[in-house]
Amino acid sequence: MTLFAQHVLDGLQSGCIYASLALAIVLVFRGTGTLNFAQGEMAMVSTYLTWTLLDAGLPLVVALGSSIAISFVGGALIERMIMRPIAAKSANHLPVVVASIGLLLALNSFAQWVYGPDGRVLPSLFGDGTIRAGSLSFTSATVGALGVLVVVAAALRLLLNRTKVGLAMRAVAASQQSSRLVGIRVGRVLMAGWGLAAALGALAGALVAPTVTAFDSSLMQSVLVLAFAAATFGGFDSLPGAVIGGLVVGVLESLAAGYLTTDLKLPVAFVVILGFLLIRPTGLFGTPQVQRV
Amino acid sequence: MTGGHPLLEVSDLRAGYGPLRVLHGVDLAVHAGEAVVLVGANGAGKTTVLRAISGMIPSAGEIVLDGQPIRGLRPEMLVRRGLAHVPQGRGTLAGLTVEDNLRAGAITRRDREVAADIERTYEHFPQLAKVRRQPAGQLSGGEQQMLALGRAMLSRPRVLLLDEPSLGLGPLVVREVMSRLAKLVAETGTAILLVEQNAALALELSSRAYVLETGRVALSGPAAELRGDEALRRAYLGY
Repeated sequence: MTLFAQHVLDGLQSGCIYASLALAIVLVFRGTGTLNFAQGEMAMVSTYLTWTLLDAGLPLVVALGSSIAISFVGGALIERMIMRPIAAKSANHLPVVVASIGLLLALNSFAQWVYGPDGRVLPSLFGDGTIRAGSLSFTSATVGALGVLVVVAAALRLLLNRTKVGLAMRAVAASQQSSRLVGIRVGRVLMAGWGLAAALGALAGALVAPTVTAFDSSLMQSVLVLAFAAATFGGFDSLPGAVIGGLVVGVLESLAAGYLTTDLKLPVAFVVILGFLLIRPTGLFGTPQVQRV
Repeated sequence: MTGGHPLLEVSDLRAGYGPLRVLHGVDLAVHAGEAVVLVGANGAGKTTVLRAISGMIPSAGEIVLDGQPIRGLRPEMLVRRGLAHVPQGRGTLAGLTVEDNLRAGAITRRDREVAADIERTYEHFPQLAKVRRQPAGQLSGGEQQMLALGRAMLSRPRVLLLDEPSLGLGPLVVREVMSRLAKLVAETGTAILLVEQNAALALELSSRAYVLETGRVALSGPAAELRGDEALRRAYLGY
């Protein structure tokens, strides 16, 4: 039992990372109806940016804060300059999805070109201490990541449910055309959504990078795939679903690594999620598209 | 007809969808506080007129709101100029609650009377008050139409474009929705441009009417006159 609990605890840290990136993916999906395959690579570039600012002598918290702010602007610009013009010319979402895959490759090459093949070291925001509680032990990074996730989820909830911007975001997610007719500037709302998603990615990057000894441009690749799995598990248009989905994926992965073998942690997590989706195709909290007319 | 310059004036309006021309030069005017109806057969271009005015589709010609040219402005900017459009199919935000739909209707406003106006909307449409926490997609057709009307009025429009409010509703529900709307409109002095398939009902609700035939205004006049002229009714309105 203790061992099981320990595996669950260990999974929560990576779970928080998947949850953060899954939140970013869901934010963009709700607003635009498209999958942003570049979300992970955007986060990777943000992480390099955090490292660069840190390397330039800024304190870690300031470097991360600045990187999050710059990422917000960058995400908004990607929507405005790349995604929107493509979306405007196409009848379905496919060209935008393909563009996001192109952006994935471009950002990856860009990072390799600028930073080269050498790994970079980003220290953890929360130190590397270990906390013992009875026979269980967890790292300060796990506690910190959980704390960050709780704060982010609560802030997003407040933003969406208590502010005009949030109301506009939910309206645009429901229908762009109807939103325009009540006077919502849909373009600005989409930019804000992409910006927010990019900012979340920068945060996720700062949580992932310290878990590897040195990070390079491949940092977010498996994270992105697991974040997609988490978002799917959660129902794809649900923010609470993304959070729970992320944690579930992290814990499943840790249990598979603990009881089976580390090599199988990815496939096992996927098989369990696929099984769940066979039983409940809309995911945990996904909205089935039923409507009275 | 009402004197003074009209609140909304449309001249030589041409519009369509891609290569398909639907409107071939429509002229019409709506004065402050009046209700004007656009009637005509299926495919005459009634809905297209509203869509062109509210900027949902590109158009040529002239559209003037309160002395300002507005053709080419996007719908989200026209709301700020005092034009609200309730489209066919009502355009409610299905996943959002009734209350959030109403709040979205007032999203362009910066004054402090929004909450009070939302309560007033519930007084005008008491059925909505009962379902205020329910997602709009779960409402009945009549409730959705009331929500769409209440929401449009919350932007405090000077001109309300209303597309087929009776569509898909039973006759009793239509009467109720329209009489409640009439009260709300009378209170605020909003002008209405109504498109309606049900010509009998439409002429009853309006002071003036335009009859649209294949993208042109075939005739216009006081609603009472059109209602009284049997030959004309037969020829253009089919009842």
